[in-house]
Amino acid sequence: MHGRVKVKTTAQQEEEKRKEREKKLKVYLTVRDAIFKKRSNGELDEEALQLTQQLLASNPDFATLWNYRREILLHLETEKEQEEMQKLYEAELLFIEACLKVNPKSYGSWHHRGWVSSRLPTPNWPRELSLCDRCLSLDDRNFHCWDYRRLVVKMSGVSVEQELQFTDRLIGSNFSNYSSWHYRSTLLPLLHPQPAADPASDCQTRTHPHTPPTASPQTHRHRVCEEQLLKEYELVQNAIFTDPNDQSTWFYYRWLLGRAEHEDLISCVYVSREGERVTVVFSKPATVVSLMLVLDGQPQRVEWRSVHPLLPHSPVWLCELPPGSISDINNEHNLTVHWMEKHIQRDCALYTGCMESWCRDSATDQELFRSDLSVEKTSVLQSELESCTQLLELEPQNKWCLLTIILLMRALDPLGHEKETLAHFQTLKEVDPMRFSYYSDLCSKFMIENTILKMEYAEVRVFSLSNANLSTMCHLDQLLLVTHINLCSNQLTKLPPHLAMLQCLEVLEADDNAIENLDGLYHLAKLEEVSLRNNQISQISDLSPLATCPTLSRLDLRGNPVTKSANIQAELAELLPSLTDLLL
Amino acid sequence: MAADNLPSEFDVIILGTGLTESVIAAACSRVGQRVLHLDRRSYYAGNWASFTFNSLLLWIEEYKAQQETPSTNSVQECSDQIENGEEVVFLSSVDSSISNLEVFSYVSEESADDEQPMAPVMYSLLTAVEEINGCNTEAQHMDFNACTEGDIDPQNLQGKEQTSQSHEPCQLKENQKDQQPITSPEKVEVKKKITYSTLLKEGRRFNIDLVSKLLYSRGLLVDLLIKSNVSRYTEFKNVGCILTCHNGKVEQVPCSRADVFGSKQLTVVEKRMLMKFLTFCLEFEQHQEELQDCTEMSFLEFLKCKKLTENLQYFILHSIAMVSQDAPVNNGLKATQHFLRCLGRYGNTPFLFPLYGVGEIPQCFCRMCAVFGGIYCLRHSVQCLVVDKETGKCKAVIDSHGQRLGCNYFVVEDSYIRDDQRIQRTYKQISRAVVITDRSISHSESDQQISLVTVPPLEPSSPAIRMVELSSSSMTCMPGTYLVHLTCLSSGSAHEDLAPVVSRLFHVPSICTEESVQGSEENEKPVILWVMYFNMRDTSGLDSSSYNLPSNVHVCSGPDDSLDSDFSINLAESVFHQLVPDEEFCPPAPNPEDIIYDCDQGEGANFENDSHKEGVVIEGEDVPQENKQQTSSSETTASIGQEMNKYDTQSPSQVNNP
Repeated sequence: MHGRVKVKTTAQQEEEKRKEREKKLKVYLTVRDAIFKKRSNGELDEEALQLTQQLLASNPDFATLWNYRREILLHLETEKEQEEMQKLYEAELLFIEACLKVNPKSYGSWHHRGWVSSRLPTPNWPRELSLCDRCLSLDDRNFHCWDYRRLVVKMSGVSVEQELQFTDRLIGSNFSNYSSWHYRSTLLPLLHPQPAADPASDCQTRTHPHTPPTASPQTHRHRVCEEQLLKEYELVQNAIFTDPNDQSTWFYYRWLLGRAEHEDLISCVYVSREGERVTVVFSKPATVVSLMLVLDGQPQRVEWRSVHPLLPHSPVWLCELPPGSISDINNEHNLTVHWMEKHIQRDCALYTGCMESWCRDSATDQELFRSDLSVEKTSVLQSELESCTQLLELEPQNKWCLLTIILLMRALDPLGHEKETLAHFQTLKEVDPMRFSYYSDLCSKFMIENTILKMEYAEVRVFSLSNANLSTMCHLDQLLLVTHINLCSNQLTKLPPHLAMLQCLEVLEADDNAIENLDGLYHLAKLEEVSLRNNQISQISDLSPLATCPTLSRLDLRGNPVTKSANIQAELAELLPSLTDLLL
Repeated sequence: MAADNLPSEFDVIILGTGLTESVIAAACSRVGQRVLHLDRRSYYAGNWASFTFNSLLLWIEEYKAQQETPSTNSVQECSDQIENGEEVVFLSSVDSSISNLEVFSYVSEESADDEQPMAPVMYSLLTAVEEINGCNTEAQHMDFNACTEGDIDPQNLQGKEQTSQSHEPCQLKENQKDQQPITSPEKVEVKKKITYSTLLKEGRRFNIDLVSKLLYSRGLLVDLLIKSNVSRYTEFKNVGCILTCHNGKVEQVPCSRADVFGSKQLTVVEKRMLMKFLTFCLEFEQHQEELQDCTEMSFLEFLKCKKLTENLQYFILHSIAMVSQDAPVNNGLKATQHFLRCLGRYGNTPFLFPLYGVGEIPQCFCRMCAVFGGIYCLRHSVQCLVVDKETGKCKAVIDSHGQRLGCNYFVVEDSYIRDDQRIQRTYKQISRAVVITDRSISHSESDQQISLVTVPPLEPSSPAIRMVELSSSSMTCMPGTYLVHLTCLSSGSAHEDLAPVVSRLFHVPSICTEESVQGSEENEKPVILWVMYFNMRDTSGLDSSSYNLPSNVHVCSGPDDSLDSDFSINLAESVFHQLVPDEEFCPPAPNPEDIIYDCDQGEGANFENDSHKEGVVIEGEDVPQENKQQTSSSETTASIGQEMNKYDTQSPSQVNNP
């Protein structure tokens, strides 16, 4: 065929390419060896710079060579004038830029750039910023570049406002970007901090007039002022309505709605003449506590321990007073617990004729379960709830929306929205079966919170939550004073160590669960009755924790595998001598 | 004349250098066909061409001259070239594809000391029109025909020009009152106000397209450019935003995810509905159950039935699907789907625009044709076909120099065809307006982008208008100006069709009232500096059965009215397959280093030349095509494009023999 272009065959091309590659490899290895030799000879000259440049240009991930270059440059700094160094470093930056084009995610190149930028006698930060911008416009998730950019911003003192605008821009062009949202969450509290709370409205100060004021502002350090929050909510809404399946925005939204940090405080002091025991509950789990107990003005030497050896990090700690200090029912006593390192204290009076006494903030006092979301004005949350509900109507299957609605409902009125919350959890489990257990646990948590609230409003010491699909137990520190607990017909598989926080517990009913493990029934001084019908207790050894409860008299184990084991009666009699009533 | 050297035999002779013809030429030459590619004009690309301002004025003049003296088909000495058993079929020597050309200039003429080698004649004419236009509403529709046929004698013109000049200085003084006293008023004027002579002086910065097209980033043309490697010859810029004329205002159309997110006009619920609908359209084929009851509906009815708000119906119908109200559901869905699939490939909108204008693209294909041995002659036409009486086939053609050139196939652009060679003589017309304005129609912060503006029918009977606004970063106009192209299917003359929209979207300065109308509202609209209206014939509705021509003669339609070029590419491919049925259409060009130069001398020499020429272009072979197309900044302009432009339109060489 005339006029047709003749082209080399693939075999020919490959052969040529192979030869080419071989030649390249040979050159590469020669240069590498030359560099290593120079380095071991301690030669820190410009020729070495040349050679390393040659190799790094084609392979910028050769970390040793970058190190060598730094050695050389540091050495040259001692020899050369500042002006010359400036030129040298600028050439270095140019070279790194070329390397970044080869591999925009090269650890070595970015690190070296950071190093050079910090050594540069007169740095040109705007240029570095624009380099980052260019790089991020090509790949807005290049975390190397984000890192370097943060360095540049820090070194050059770019204003927070400008940085916020920068995130505006990135989010505007593509809001599926965790980096930008996260960056925003660090900038907003700096630029629009929440004003310090008004002391009059601070419940902490009200209940504890002696609390030093320094404790208060720390809680608001990461919060954003309301005016800005409203703007952020609007931005987020635009994003979630545009693409409700994009996680990054939902996460940012969760951050905005906030997770208030509980202040450190002693939420309860409980004292009982029986056993002469003092129990302290903290607002957050604590590890080793430096507590001082003052009884009627006298500091006491006591040993604090957690309620369960498996819980070294526990909100509930207890101690025994020296024998005889409060045993006489005709004496009145005043106790003060000082938390030394936090400068917090709490008093408790034990009156004549009382066997026990306590002083505490209840869950309702603290609005404890609302504060998973920050303390925004109700109307703001209400309108957020409305728009999410609107979105849900359009996207009934969206899990993010469902979950956020649940959280908002809880923040607003946990009891009032209980029914809807349960329905939404049901939908969540259906649309996102992969996270079934997560939703079950979360739902259990909320149900327990609601039950605690109901109990507090009713001012009783009975906690009853049966037939509620409970899969886990939590907030047990709030149940310190409970004497009767009913957990029948749930899906519990164990009574966790936390249950040992129920120091006043007398009766436990947990029929019709799948309980295998009774770790939590540990040293419960007042426990008398335990009903565990139709559970999964299979070994006698599983019942051993009960031996630590001295007053246990009635135990119902009907419908458990363990009842089938031989010799059960005898073994139980040996394990639990105090039992008077055993149902098998 | 160089043309004497033309070989006497070719496989394919192609007349006309529009997109379709150029693609056919490239495709044929690529697979080894001997191609001769001719155009009677002095520039490439025919009605696809892009002109500098000055060469556009020449083009206008040519048009005007042709209107004045409609030349007749002169039967020349070709009988001596004809053998027994042959007959000749003459082609049309007159291009009548353009009509109703009207030009209005609203810029003031600066002091006469500016030397304008060719402009004065034109200018006086233009001023005349402008004057008439300004003072007398009845004369608005006066076009060049009227103007030149009419009795405006030079004396008269001169007079009018003077009056206009005497007008200008007054106004100048008015303006200067507000400014701080500056010693050289000239400089201030250049900065503040663009005059006619600035347009002429900066004329080479313009690349004014006759036909306004965009490339869908996943359209046939982009696919072809990538597949054939022709994309290396030019660069593109992404269309930055899509606007629409809605409730009398220009609004941004939310089409991409980022747009929807950032849109201020939509409520959050609308955002969700829009995103949901668009997601549905992306894979509507998989949702047949939702479509079952809707197959008979129009697309608009379907949108209504999907409970989209009026706002959203408007955006989707007019600016995303860009279909008419009564388009069937399926067409609307397909158009929407195509639009959406094109999003995000190169940017936030589905469209690309070639830097230096649409006229670049046919030239790129011509270049590819030349690289593979095609021969190019501009200002060189074909007088007649030589048809074998027995077979009824075209054996040869006789060119405008009287040379007989044998060929197997002859491909010709429609504008070379005589009316009596058409069986079907009804065809569409495209109405076009080209407007030079002083600022962008969009109020967005970045004013250096290309925008597509859809203008739905003002009344149900009037056509939907498509508008493309080009900024100077597209290399089609001088800095400080914007080039706006309006296109619609004609229902009347271009002026009738488009002037109402032009006057709605732009401030049309009228000489008589200019001083009084300085209201703030008017100031927000872009001011028209210069505007041209014309109609272009659109023969895309015709097919081979519409012509009375030999079977081996293929007629290519000029540009059609659609936004993309799919029609022309499809036509080119189908013609190519008729010419060379067994060959691949535009396969990728081989790497230059893989080409073996060991064939016979003549050809070897040819290729050496070509590949040498190409060396510049093929640099950065490793860069993936798609990256290469993604034009990042206006600084990185295509040197190739410029080069082509220079030697094609500036110094029209007759024979561009590779």
